[in-house]
Amino acid sequence: MSGRSVATDANGAAETHEVAVTVNGEPYRRRVEARLLLSDFLRHDLALAGTHVGCEHGVCGACTIIFDGAAVRSCLMFAAQADGHAILTVEGLAADREHLHPLQEAMRECHGLQCGYCTPGILMTMKAFLDETPAPDEAQIREALSGNLCRCTGYQHIVEAMQLAAQQLRT
Amino acid sequence: MKPAPFRYVAAASLEQALQWKAAYGEEARFLAGGQSLVPTMNFRLTQPALLIDINPLTACAGVSKNGAQSVRIGALTRYRSLERDAATARDLPLVHEALPHIAHPQIRNRGTIGGNLAHADPASEMPAIVLALAGRLRAQSVRGERWIGAAEFFKGALSTALEPDEMLTEVELPAAAARSGACFMEVARRRGDFAIIGVACTVELDAAGSCREARIGLCNAGDGPVFAEKASASLKGRKIGAAEIDEAAALVQGDIDPGGNVHASKAYQRHIAGVLTARALKTANERAQRGH
Repeated sequence: MSGRSVATDANGAAETHEVAVTVNGEPYRRRVEARLLLSDFLRHDLALAGTHVGCEHGVCGACTIIFDGAAVRSCLMFAAQADGHAILTVEGLAADREHLHPLQEAMRECHGLQCGYCTPGILMTMKAFLDETPAPDEAQIREALSGNLCRCTGYQHIVEAMQLAAQQLRT
Repeated sequence: MKPAPFRYVAAASLEQALQWKAAYGEEARFLAGGQSLVPTMNFRLTQPALLIDINPLTACAGVSKNGAQSVRIGALTRYRSLERDAATARDLPLVHEALPHIAHPQIRNRGTIGGNLAHADPASEMPAIVLALAGRLRAQSVRGERWIGAAEFFKGALSTALEPDEMLTEVELPAAAARSGACFMEVARRRGDFAIIGVACTVELDAAGSCREARIGLCNAGDGPVFAEKASASLKGRKIGAAEIDEAAALVQGDIDPGGNVHASKAYQRHIAGVLTARALKTANERAQRGH
């Protein structure tokens, strides 16, 4: 298939691209295959496995990261596209390893997670949301959460956690 | 679920992007927001030989007024920035009202209007809106450029009038006139899902309060976005009241040909199309009477 042949060089090696990216304030430089998804790059190449992979087609929100300040699906971007950009993942949320971020504290306090698989994506979605909307009402929180699926909690505790987090972050 | 291998180039200029597309034709795909393309690549339903990343072409993003009559939106304009754009809210109220229905905030942070229109998903909101507004689309290639009317642009499911070497670079929509009103409504199973049916309508009144022109477009109501021709024509020259609205809603049900799916039968889609048309038309007419 022509799609295969052009993506390899004369020796059959896959075409690669240089990626220089800042993740959680740290600079990284790697060579990647064009087809490497950003989600897999974070997990496998940078060993930042806090970003979870659920549906891999943009529906579940588990892989949500903050890319140049905006919450995005990392499974719908290629690692090569991150060259020159800045990313925040769940590993970069708390100030240090001894403390939780207020969003994480609120999730614990309100029982906003059970299995925890969707949690990193929800945290990154809500971090970007609360940065922009520091005093949201419940409807705004639910709208912001609409792109993240959780099969355990029924969402109510997450909504409560976000109300608490918003309050804590304002004070 | 990983994409098949492909070659990737980040375009340094529009000219370069068009040259790559001319060289590879249908074997190449432009990568804009990637919110429709990348899922299909992850499923290996799409296996382009070359991906031309146009995200560096920031000149292709932005909203500008073209005289008093129309607004031009660059193909690379992301939905999130359109959602926050005050001029869009004022001049393109139909677009503004529909934007929150388009997927989720994370998708709108990346997704672009050009990518959405060129993908031409019949269930998608924006093609129906561009069709309802009778917009024009600008296609550029190494051969030159042309403007394509919305009715000619959309050719059916995932199909447009774009030639293999062309790129959609801009869309032009008429700015809302005085004494006009617009309304967008849809029914979806969950927030952010594709609509079971969506209705976009505009109503422009004359000085006497009668309908100068009404236009009704629907999404997920056929092979492509649908312009409800008979329903739209039925309102012309009339004062829009309950009887006119009921008549138009019934005509819409004949104007469309929904496919039915696991979530909704064809009959249910038709029913919803009638209900939403009546509600949206009533709202658009009230807004027109108020002058916006």
